Amino acid sequence: MVDFSIWDIFRNLLLAARWTVLLSLIAFVGGGLVGLALLIARIAKLRFADQLVGGYVQLFQGTPLLMQLFLAYFGLSLFGINVSPWVAAALALTLYTSAFLTEIWRGCVAAVHKGQWEASAALALNLREQLRYVIGPQALRVAVPPTVGFLVQVIKGTALASVIGFIELTKAGTMITNATFRPFTVYACLALMYFALCYPISAWSKSLESKLHGHR
Amino acid sequence: MIAFDFPAVLAEWPLLAKGVAATLALTAVSASVGVTLGVACAWARLHGAVWLKAIVGAYVELIRNTPFIVQLFFLFFGLPGIGVRLSPETASVLAMVVNLGAYAAEIVRAGIATTPKGQIEAAQSLALSETQVFTRVVLPPALKRVWPALVSQIIIVMLGSAVCGQISTPELSYAANLIQSRNFRAFESFIVATLIYLALAMALRRLLNWAGPRFIFGK
Repeated sequence: MVDFSIWDIFRNLLLAARWTVLLSLIAFVGGGLVGLALLIARIAKLRFADQLVGGYVQLFQGTPLLMQLFLAYFGLSLFGINVSPWVAAALALTLYTSAFLTEIWRGCVAAVHKGQWEASAALALNLREQLRYVIGPQALRVAVPPTVGFLVQVIKGTALASVIGFIELTKAGTMITNATFRPFTVYACLALMYFALCYPISAWSKSLESKLHGHR
Repeated sequence: MIAFDFPAVLAEWPLLAKGVAATLALTAVSASVGVTLGVACAWARLHGAVWLKAIVGAYVELIRNTPFIVQLFFLFFGLPGIGVRLSPETASVLAMVVNLGAYAAEIVRAGIATTPKGQIEAAQSLALSETQVFTRVVLPPALKRVWPALVSQIIIVMLGSAVCGQISTPELSYAANLIQSRNFRAFESFIVATLIYLALAMALRRLLNWAGPRFIFGK
């Protein structure tokens, strides 16, 4: 029988952590782009955009991420698309992230004083210019800390992709447990690994937030 | 052509109903115990001894920076490694309580931190003990201030309980899985379960917003 040292466990988890990081980045960037598009649709007051985006946000915030992953996994295959766990996980997490980010950012845009809109409109800036030069920079300042904070939620969310067979940290942990029969050590290492990923980001978000409020 | 067969899923409604009941029971227990734990931790972080503050701080950060599924797996699969065996239901409730406790601690702490100093001084000058000041003067308005955030967190935990089906706790997502393994209608059964979760989340928010001022912190 092969003996597994703690280092073997740790090394294999570290290798699997790549996929957690990659999936988080895909979901975060993809979700950011979709979220931004939804936000702009709302700001531009496109017809029905407010109700549709509002419903979209409520749908994703009011249902379990696990169910969203299952639906992406089984739903896509209904359309004859051969889904790998990669595609399903990336799609579900992107949509999930976009719903949360668009709602966070909407709050940040709403936090910009109304006078700024009126003043920039009085200077004959069109919507694109208003957003680019006046509203965007001010909203961005407020938006950074909660956005960074949400990245932690995305990283934790990717753990659920293990359930549909995506091999990332959690799935790797389960597989290593099955090989080593040392569940306590493996799951403790696994938790530490997530902590090492998430804690610096949480701390960063917190310090950004205190800096933001310190300047006022 | 895609043909949906929702009646095949809805015909299994007793399973779904049992799942809903289990999800609600899990949520009710973990919400009441979890929020209590959160209040205790918030108190400890503000008034406790130095070592207690350190322990509670570590607990809160550890839970907030690891995924719920890993916490659940650690309790259910990890603890037997050192001889502690939990049933799926116990592990689920414990994981939900521990998880909610950490988030609630931060939320309640934020509410307590904004208590006007004069109120505490006034309570002290009325010769209330430290415990009385906390439970009668500081806590109720603090809970009132953070109630919306607390309600959202309870709902997040309720939705998170879908993961508990993975360790065969017979809750709603487990029922959906069971149904799809019986009739191979995976998409339909998960759609139905998802919509039930959505309805539960909306109903729970209403219920808690209604119940909070009446039973927990007064109007």
